[in-house]
Formats: sequence, structure tokens, C-alpha cells
Amino acid sequence: MLSRVANSIYWLNRYIERAENVARFISANYNMTLDLPEDASDQWQPLINTTGDHELFKELYGETTRDNAIRFLIFDRRNTNSIYSCVRAARENARSIREYISSEMWEQLNTFYLMINAASEETVMDLPHQFSTEVMNASHAFIGITDATMNHGEGWHFGRLGRMLERADKTTRLLDVKYFILLPSVDYVGSPYDNILWGALLRSASAFEMYRKQYGRIAPRNIAHFLLLDRNFPRAVHYSLATAMKSLNEISGGQSDSYSNKAQQALGRLLAEFQYTSLEEIFDFGLHEYLDVTQTRINQVGEEIYQVFFRVKLEN
Amino acid sequence: MNFTGYDTEGFYDELFDAQGKPRPGADLLVERINSLPDSELQRRQQAAEKALLNLGITFNVYSDEDQTEKIFPFDIVPRIIQAQEWQQLEIGLKQRIRALNLFIDDVYHDQKILKDGVVPMDLVLSAEGFRKPCVGLNPPCGVWCHVTGTDLVRGGDGEYYVLEDNLRCPSGVSYVLENRQIMKRTFPLVFDACSIQPVTDYPIRLLDMLQEMAPSGVRSPVCVVWTPGIYNSAYFEHSFLAQQMGVQLVEGSDLVVHRGEVMMRTTKGLERVDVIYRRIDDDFIDPKVFRADSMLGVPGLMEAYSKGRVALANAPGSGVADDKAVYAYVPEIINYYLQEDPLINNVPTYACWREDERKYVLENLDKLVVKAVNESGGYGMLIGPHASAAEREEFRRRIIAKPRIYIAQPTLALSRVPVLMGNHFEGRHVDLRPYILCGRDNIYVMPGGLTRVALKKGSLVVNSSQGGGSKDTWVINSTDGPSPESPLQEQRQDQEQNQDQEDAPC
Repeated sequence: MLSRVANSIYWLNRYIERAENVARFISANYNMTLDLPEDASDQWQPLINTTGDHELFKELYGETTRDNAIRFLIFDRRNTNSIYSCVRAARENARSIREYISSEMWEQLNTFYLMINAASEETVMDLPHQFSTEVMNASHAFIGITDATMNHGEGWHFGRLGRMLERADKTTRLLDVKYFILLPSVDYVGSPYDNILWGALLRSASAFEMYRKQYGRIAPRNIAHFLLLDRNFPRAVHYSLATAMKSLNEISGGQSDSYSNKAQQALGRLLAEFQYTSLEEIFDFGLHEYLDVTQTRINQVGEEIYQVFFRVKLEN
Repeated sequence: MNFTGYDTEGFYDELFDAQGKPRPGADLLVERINSLPDSELQRRQQAAEKALLNLGITFNVYSDEDQTEKIFPFDIVPRIIQAQEWQQLEIGLKQRIRALNLFIDDVYHDQKILKDGVVPMDLVLSAEGFRKPCVGLNPPCGVWCHVTGTDLVRGGDGEYYVLEDNLRCPSGVSYVLENRQIMKRTFPLVFDACSIQPVTDYPIRLLDMLQEMAPSGVRSPVCVVWTPGIYNSAYFEHSFLAQQMGVQLVEGSDLVVHRGEVMMRTTKGLERVDVIYRRIDDDFIDPKVFRADSMLGVPGLMEAYSKGRVALANAPGSGVADDKAVYAYVPEIINYYLQEDPLINNVPTYACWREDERKYVLENLDKLVVKAVNESGGYGMLIGPHASAAEREEFRRRIIAKPRIYIAQPTLALSRVPVLMGNHFEGRHVDLRPYILCGRDNIYVMPGGLTRVALKKGSLVVNSSQGGGSKDTWVINSTDGPSPESPLQEQRQDQEQNQDQEDAPC
């Protein structure tokens, strides 16, 4: 397939995944703040930090209020990672490869964009939860339609590769920010709010129910284990990387126990790390440091993918 | 909802005759619309518009700042053409394309028609679409104008005339195909009852034609559609056609000439391309040969093309035949190459470079439509009767300054169709653009084509950039006429077969 097309379908999926994650963060955070006492409800700054755009936010808005945060994360066109910007970028990418993806995928994405474009700020500010749910549903519908209407060939694998790398990155960020906000807040330890806050972290990753089935009790270490190392939970970093690896192997056409290009090498090494590490080792290394290194390595995988597949050089 | 009170106001109406009776073939449709409950037609119109928006069937507007995509306004009442009438048009269009193709080939080779003085040499060689680097080139199968969109209009006399020949990437065919889809959803019963000639096989025919052009020896040719990119106003169509044909849609940056072959950059390295359906002007295809500042082009493409390593449709240089100055000579061109009279006439045309005709034009600016020969899309045009005195004065100055680039035509009382306006119908002017594919062995004319409507009351400008909309066009095998088994039909098929053989330019 054309390199440009592969690049577009990869990014299209990353953007949709990004929008979905922002929506999930907002929804979970909003629910949590409603449960907390008023003086303790300043939970919007950590959310901005999760997206990595806190400097831009500070420059544009200054003060962190709920309204500012939601406006910045959902509507602000100056924020390239706002839901609006992501969905718009996804659609632009889709538009440039409309003939490649299925009509159903295009129509779903276009309708998604029209929905975001038509959403009025007032209504969304009133009911951010409902809006976030619509965004998540639209994203899920897109993934489902993609699976059901497009050949599971090279293009589909590029899409899934993009989505999984984005997801792995977002889950590490979520864990990174929340863990360090939550852990030292001794005020809450043992209080009813303790459970609420940790529950919100799980909900941000749509992980609450699945976690409870597996572990029952809310315990910070278990949560870290679940979000990082679980093999079956679809938003866990390990699962995301393993799935990304499957797609990359399909694309590269090589064996699964070796590599034929640098992207495969980089992702394979990262995945092996997640396959063979333990939570104890991670905590010995330092969770924050570990997540930081992981994010850097995910970025490196992205860079290698760009070099290997999207930037075709003339062979002379 | 019904047509009671609909007034043709003395214009030729495509749906009703002068007595207000439905034209042959239109009865069923009129009956169906008349029987719909109040506001049902509006509801279906809205559903159709919503479907177009969700499908993203839009065109880009260059001047708009924020909202850059618009749906091409669509009117739900189809335009009806009887099959017998269509046959005549089809034969006439084939004749025209054969002649134009021979003309282009001649212009880039022996220039006999110019040397014989049938068309003035300086006029052709100075035409905006003439490309000197194409002199002596031999496109595969001798085909230059692979895809043509000929604009037809019907005058107050009920006759069809050719208004323009579009040989440079004519657009709009995707709207025909999508409009048809929407209409099938909207009026399934009428489709069931009428025998409407299908248009949906156009992408298949287009791909067949493109594959015929592949360099010899290539078993399964790789065809691509070349778009300038997502900001081009016809981008939707480029991607639609690529999708419907199942071929790659490429941009200039995807292509590269490597060791004399045109290749595309893929995730597995370079892959050879054999046929390019290019939707990008000559000027931009190769910066080494045409405009050096083109960022969209592929350096070395023309060299590969001239060596027969890749085919281009339409052939570079074919635009010389849709120059509006050359248009004035098409009747002579048909006569010269085919020794036939044109079956569809040109709109009477005054050439401002001829002194007597210029004089007439300048004296009658208030009655004429003046067009710059190198403009399209409804730009660079004066509609005399609707223009202000100042605008007419401006064109008078321009014509005197540059007579070579102006033609004038009488203002035609273009035929009209009923258009849904709120809760009633109003007449609006239309043209018709059928799409014609010229292949190795025969010429295909899509039955019907794009009906464009000037939605502004009284307006004669149908271009989408200037307030135009579209309608589905139904070529109907009318029950009033001869049945399909009649001798006339058989005879026609024989004729067509003969003609197809004659068409073969190879």
C-alpha cells in the first residue's frame, strides 16, 4: 500500500483513540468531583497534566477551573489534543484516504465530526458526562465498523498499530499522573474518599468493573499491576503493546521471534520488557521513572515506524 | 404536494409540455409526486440532503474561510429524457468526440486542418490549451480525449445545442452516481415501474478504458487516479472514482520517476504504475516540462510518457480542443474529418477576432452572452441582458483590447425544470453534461449525465461555484414510444455496432 495512505490510517486511528481517552478522563473526573467535598474538588489540574498540555493551558487560561479545563479539553481549537482537534484531524486523514477505507468507516467518522462540530458549548458544559459518552460510543462504533467492514490486511494492521501505541501511551500517562496525585494524599487514606479517588482512576481507563472482577479490593499496587501488566485487559499497557506487536509482525511479514526492520526491533524489545518484568522490579526502579522510560520508548517505536514505512527512500 | 399551479411561463419545460401535460415518460413520476401526502416530498428532500452531508458528498469552496465544504445542492425532482431523444444525442456526441480526437491528433502532427485553412493556424497555436511539448507525441491507441464532459443546453425551440466541450478533467460524474443512489432510495416504486437506463456501471467502464491504454506487454496494468490533494474542489470525486474502480488514489508526492519508469512509494518499496487517470492540469504534471514551480508534479513524467512507459488520461495537450475559440470551428472540424454534418449544433457563436462579428457584438452587448475563451466555471463572463451598463462598458473595453480571447453567443432561453422551493414548485434553468469515454475500440456515452440547475430565480448560471445545484437525470424507455422489441431498436443496435467499429482509432 502507499506509504502516505499507511501513514494516514495510522494517524487517523491514533487521533480517534486520543479523543476517546480525553472523553473518558473528563467523564471519570467529573463524576469523581461530584462525590468529593467542595474544598477538595480541585482535581482538574491533574487531568490537564495527564494530556501533557499543561503549559499551553496555563498560557491560554491561567486559572484551573472546571469550565476552563473542559473547554480546553473538548472545544479549544488552539489545543491540538482537544477532542475537537483530534476528531477533525482524524477526519482530515480519513478524507485523504477515503477511497481506501470502507464507506461505512468514512460515514461513521464524518457523522462523528459533524456531531462534535454541531455540539454547543453551553449544553456540553451542563452535561459533560453525556457528551463524553457520545464521544466514546462514536469511537467504539468506529473501531467496530472498521473491524467488520475492512479487510484485515496491511491497512487494517497499520490502523490497529496506531491505536494500540496511542492507548499504551495514554494509559501510562494516566497512571503516572494519578498515582502520584493520589498516593501522597494521606488526608484521604482510610477515608471513604480513598476508594472514590482510586475508583475514579480505574474508571478513567474504563477498568473499574474488570478490575473488581479480578482483584475485588481496591489496592494501589494491584491497580498499577492491572493497568500496566495485565495480559487480557484491553486498555492495559502490556495488552496494547502485545496487540501492536501482532500487527507490526503482520505488516513486516517476518517471524514473530525475530525482526526484519528497526520498528519491529524496537517494539519487540519493549514488549519483552513488559512480558518479563514484575511489579516489584518496577517499583524498585521507581514507578514514575519506569513510566517515563516507557513513554520515551513508545515514541521511539513511532519514530522507527515512520522511518521504515512512511518515508520511502529511493533504492539506488 | 402536487404540480397544480406550476407555471412553465412560456419556457421550454423538461417535465411538462406547453399545455401543462406531463411529457411522454414523465406521467408516472408526476402521478407519484401528486399522490404524496402533504410535506412528504419535502421530508424526502431533507432526508436526501442529510444523506449527502453524512456521506460527505461535498465540494470545497476556495473563498470561504471557516466552512470549506458544502454539499452540492440537490433537487429531488428528476429530469426526464425520453430514450428516443437520447439516442439522437448519443450518436451526435460520439460524432463530436471522434472528430475532436482526430483534430487533436492532427494539431500535434501534420496540422493538415490548419494548413488547409479550415481553422486559423495562429488561433490554434496561440490557444491556451495548446502544449508545444506535445507535438509529435503518440498517445496509446491514438486516443487523446479519454474522458469528456460535454455541456448541452436546450433552447426555447426545444433543440439541444452544445455549449462547451470539456476535455480537461471534467468533473461532476460522481454526483451523477451518488444522486442516482439517493433517488433509488427516495422513489423506489417509480424506479420499479419505469425503465430507467442505468449509470452505475460508469466506474467499471472507466477502468476498462484506462486498462486498454496500458503500455503493450503489461498483463495486469496498475491504474491510479492522480489528485492534486484534499484541498482541490473536486477531491471528493477523485477519491470516489478511485474507490469505485478499486485503484489507488495518488498525489504527486506518492509518485516518482525511477530508472525511466513511473513508480509509487509503498510500504514495501517502489511499485510500477502503468496508467494514470490524472485530475490535475497539464501545467502541473511535470515541472521539468511545464510549470517549473509546480509542487504537485512528478519530475520526469513527460519523458516516461513520451517513451510509452506510462499512459496518461486525458493526454496532455488535449485541452487545445476545448478552447472556446476552437469551439466556434467544431462544425467545420466535424465536416473536415468525417465528411458529415454535425448532428448536434453549436450555439451560434460570434468570434470577436473577426471584424464584422466583433462589430455586431459591440452593438448588441445587451442581448449577448460574452465569454473569455480561456475561462471556465462561469467566470469571466458577461450576461448582457442581466448586466449593468457599467459591466457592459467594461466588457466593451476588454473586447476591443483583446478580441482574440472573446466569443459571444445569443442569450438562450434555456429550458427549465420544476424545482422544489419550500412547499411548491418553481421553474429553474438547466443544462446537461453527459460523460463520454473514448476507448481503443469504441466510445461510450453515459445515458443521462449531470443535470445542473441554476437555483437562483431567473439565473442562467448553473455552476456549482455560483449557486448551482444538481438533479438526477433519467433516460426513460417511454411506453408511449416504440417498444424495445420494435424494428427501430434493432436497427439502431446494428448501426451502433457498425459505428463502434468505425470509432476504432487504433
